[in-house]
Amino acid sequence: MSLLSPSTEGRTGAFLNRTELAGTVVLALFIFVVLPLVLDPFRLNMFGKYLTYAFVAVGLVLCWGAGGILSLGQGVFFGLGGYALAMFLKLEASTPEATKIQSTPGIPDFMDWNQITQLPLWWQPFHSLGFSLVAVVAVPVFFAFVIGTAMFRRRVGGVYFSIITQAIAAILTILIIGQQGYTGGVNGITDLRTLKGWDIRPDGAKEVLYFVNAALLFVCLAIAQLIRRSKLGRLLIAMRDQEDRVRFSGYDVASLKIFIFCVGAAFAAIGGAMFTLQVGFMSPTFVGIVPSIEMVIFCAVGGRNSLIGAVWGTLLVNWAKTAFSETFPELWQFGLGALFIAVVLVFPNGLAGIWTTHVAPVLARLLARGESKSTTPAE
Amino acid sequence: MAYVNPQQILTVEDLTVSFDGFRAVDGLNLYIAPNECRVIIGPNGAGKTTVLDLICGRTRASGGTVLFKGRDLLKMREDQIVHAGVGRKFQTPSVYEDLTVLENLEISYPRGHSVWGALAFRRDGEVMDRIAEIARTIFLADALDEKAAFLSHGQKQWLEIGMLLIQDPELLMLDEPVAGMSVAERVKTAELLNRIVSDRSVIVIEHDMKFVADIATRVTVLHQGKLLAEGSMAHVQADPKVIDVYLGH
Repeated sequence: MSLLSPSTEGRTGAFLNRTELAGTVVLALFIFVVLPLVLDPFRLNMFGKYLTYAFVAVGLVLCWGAGGILSLGQGVFFGLGGYALAMFLKLEASTPEATKIQSTPGIPDFMDWNQITQLPLWWQPFHSLGFSLVAVVAVPVFFAFVIGTAMFRRRVGGVYFSIITQAIAAILTILIIGQQGYTGGVNGITDLRTLKGWDIRPDGAKEVLYFVNAALLFVCLAIAQLIRRSKLGRLLIAMRDQEDRVRFSGYDVASLKIFIFCVGAAFAAIGGAMFTLQVGFMSPTFVGIVPSIEMVIFCAVGGRNSLIGAVWGTLLVNWAKTAFSETFPELWQFGLGALFIAVVLVFPNGLAGIWTTHVAPVLARLLARGESKSTTPAE
Repeated sequence: MAYVNPQQILTVEDLTVSFDGFRAVDGLNLYIAPNECRVIIGPNGAGKTTVLDLICGRTRASGGTVLFKGRDLLKMREDQIVHAGVGRKFQTPSVYEDLTVLENLEISYPRGHSVWGALAFRRDGEVMDRIAEIARTIFLADALDEKAAFLSHGQKQWLEIGMLLIQDPELLMLDEPVAGMSVAERVKTAELLNRIVSDRSVIVIEHDMKFVADIATRVTVLHQGKLLAEGSMAHVQADPKVIDVYLGH
């Protein structure tokens, strides 16, 4: 057998194949070079915000694209991660001097408005940055572990799982809004100022955060690729197609599902925390059903089987959302709905699918033609 | 209770399961000896597939005992039963269509079953050698890089048998392995099974009597969830009860 045949290429242990490598380089150039060069600070910050959703979309490629686990509640983890960091930033902003006009100085303003006179016990640890950073990932992952264990051990899957995750997103939103004194209610946690004394509001700081965010996204992409390249990645696909066969090949299917669901939650949480830092607040609007479904749409448009595609999908849909909602605010929601239906019906593999089935073959043909032309005179 | 009879690898006693009052398997006793090839036959709805489901943990029994080498399978999870040495092939070919033949076999290779084990799993020489060996046995040595979706029906059945063989189970349960196969494929499968059964116990569900005669050590006839007859092929074929409910008409 020829070692060079394309079919055996898949067997080599390369971290990225040629197409994936090219796609990653192009994406990195776009995010690290092109966007910062062409966009003004306001627009760059906006794209930074879009990229925080890409964390969720990348997690969904693992859970949904590979594993077939469609969570319609990823906003929960995005929100929990965002809130964990927002709590730290809020405490840092609520110094006794800054809040001396309150009836109880030194506690967050919304607590004061709600006649709370003492910082609740569960807020106390968020004075520590270290604790808060751990909580950003640990709290959502723990939550995902509990949900995953409850669902997957009982063999709840498919549509039922999706509906339950959606219900959880709704419940958490209601809880956050209802517990106004402890969570900031419907307004969320706002007026965040500094991170360990470093002001996060000026353009310069936002630019730094943009790059930190982009770098973290590539770390998550690398982790996701590592998982996809491992046997676990192939097991996820196997589980999606023939769950029973995997189970009767000696695998504990539930623990594999719980693991990948937790990874997706961790990614979403990091995105949420970066959202808080870059946008300067966190509110229940980013937790509930609508944002959770939107995040699924980002992933679907980009292509649920492609990590790179998911990032492009997120950027494209959000850019379109901003562009259209600035001009036709009433029509945007319908446009988004139509887009999702179109993706599901016409191109189920999203942008990445269009690329591999329509664009890449044409490109390859053009390249081949160009090569043969350039080599003819030499002969 | 945990009396281990060296003459039996699997001891099924008084096995019963009822679905909403309907007893799909009713007080069944079944004893499988080491290296035996037992074929279960019976009319549709006799409970044949359910018996396999009960042994491998897919369906929970309402009563009775299932001892495999002295271990109580009824108290174990599906994946634990697999690790104990029981393999199960489903009636419809269950292969991972989006993966290649190589990847299908690799997933079935008995190593790295935990989350971390699966992450750290490497395709070393030992794994590849074993995969190559199994692929030759199941006539798929030239199709290792083929996606399973592109295999013929018969090849998918062989692949699933291969996925079980690579686990090297001591008890292999096959549910209609030749269903939907062409005559040529049936002959090849019988040859394959004859080679496999030589060093392990096998339970096969099958309707094709010619095929049964080819491979069976003993035959068990089920009817309405109960044991109707048991013995050699000739003995069972001569049994008037069996002729009446199954073979005769």
